[in-house]
Amino acid sequence: MLAKRIIPCLDIKDGQTVKGTNFVNLRQAGDPVELGKAYSEQGADELVYLDITASHEGRKTFTQLVTRIAREINIPFTVGGGINELADVERLLNAGADKVSINSAALRHPELIDEIAKHFGSQVCVVAIDARCMDDTTHENGSPLIDGTWRCFMNGGRLETERDLFQWAKEVNDRGAGEVLFTSMNHDGVKNGFANAALRRLADTLTIPVIASGGAGTREHFRETFIDGHSDAALAASVFHFGEIPIKELKQYLSAEGINVRL
Amino acid sequence: MPFKYKEEEHSSTTKKMKVAIVKYNAGNIRSVVNAVERLGYEPVLTDSPEELRSADKIIFPGQGEASTTMKYLREHGLDKVILSLTQPVLGICIGMQLLCRHSEEYDTQCLGVFDVDVKRFVSKSHADKVPQMGWNTVTDCKTPLFKDFTKPEYVYFVHSYYVPLCEHTIATTDYIQPYSSALHKGNFYATQFHPEKSGSVGERILRNFLEL
Repeated sequence: MLAKRIIPCLDIKDGQTVKGTNFVNLRQAGDPVELGKAYSEQGADELVYLDITASHEGRKTFTQLVTRIAREINIPFTVGGGINELADVERLLNAGADKVSINSAALRHPELIDEIAKHFGSQVCVVAIDARCMDDTTHENGSPLIDGTWRCFMNGGRLETERDLFQWAKEVNDRGAGEVLFTSMNHDGVKNGFANAALRRLADTLTIPVIASGGAGTREHFRETFIDGHSDAALAASVFHFGEIPIKELKQYLSAEGINVRL
Repeated sequence: MPFKYKEEEHSSTTKKMKVAIVKYNAGNIRSVVNAVERLGYEPVLTDSPEELRSADKIIFPGQGEASTTMKYLREHGLDKVILSLTQPVLGICIGMQLLCRHSEEYDTQCLGVFDVDVKRFVSKSHADKVPQMGWNTVTDCKTPLFKDFTKPEYVYFVHSYYVPLCEHTIATTDYIQPYSSALHKGNFYATQFHPEKSGSVGERILRNFLEL
């Protein structure tokens, strides 16, 4: 049986790992390659490296970093950030990335998804979606968010778009994306659990895997997103970076809870 | 790193062994080069018939689509070179599928080393997403490729097409139905999963192949 995946996410700025809280404040958290290796040894199933540098110089540094990661890491890894066109995808895949994650570029030019799938295969194309539930009254205590309107945002959550989360996710699926990485902006950084109602609706309607992101605070939150959210994978950053939830213990806990994970 | 001692013991011979990786139009070949290098070997990435024929071990890796990769192999004469090889060969993912007889992916005639046809996964429920992407177990592992495998182990898969169970099956995985996650016939070995991306378990498999 296919295992549920645990994916640490590393935000990279100028070659160093950082983590944003609610997309704004940044704290330092270690060397990206060493951190990735440590996660791999602890049992991480994949890694995501997001380049949050905007400059041309920073992008070159990131490509060099991807080459180093590919040499040293023996599990799959996805890279994202600053990917605007097919040439960026090619550059990062040539550097050794297994998958690329696109976000704003896909919202601006949805046909980029088709192009990536056609040139490199669907499996390399992860579409990241940042969305906010515009009706915050349904946010807490397990009440369903599916009735709220979920609006997609671009440019790192700074720019609201007209797109509805579920319609956009379906389009992304149909255009040939390999996976959807959904971050709830309401839940991100709050450590109060994932957006499971919305995740469940995505997982039950899409034909591609859904990665849950935003809201991990306890190991129970991971169990809930696999059981209640029907997520195929769960991504988190700070709870792993600062050792709040050791990955090995998290997977042992999930396994004891009857969830199929790679131990 | 339970095999560290052995790696050091063999380091003088591994340096001399010639490992060739078939260069063609499939994706993600670099990751196989990296993985072999991590084991202390110095592989050559080549499409030269002479270099391939003179290698001690050959890896035929890749991700991709059957018809375009098969077309490339034919146009570059690599189909005949691969079929003429007598040293141990390891096909990975699309490399394994191309070593079979035929693939349903664009109705493609393949190399025919393994007498079996490649089928497309057909979902039986919504939970069966295609492609299979992620970690699944290999069981009933046979041959020295899986030396010291005593229990089911997780390895990394990305594929939409599969090889049914057959006389060449040396490892079984269950996704929608049980199928062949590794094959063996004569000097040809093949895995559907990516050992180069399968952590320490994948490293054991690659090392076993290189030490055949």
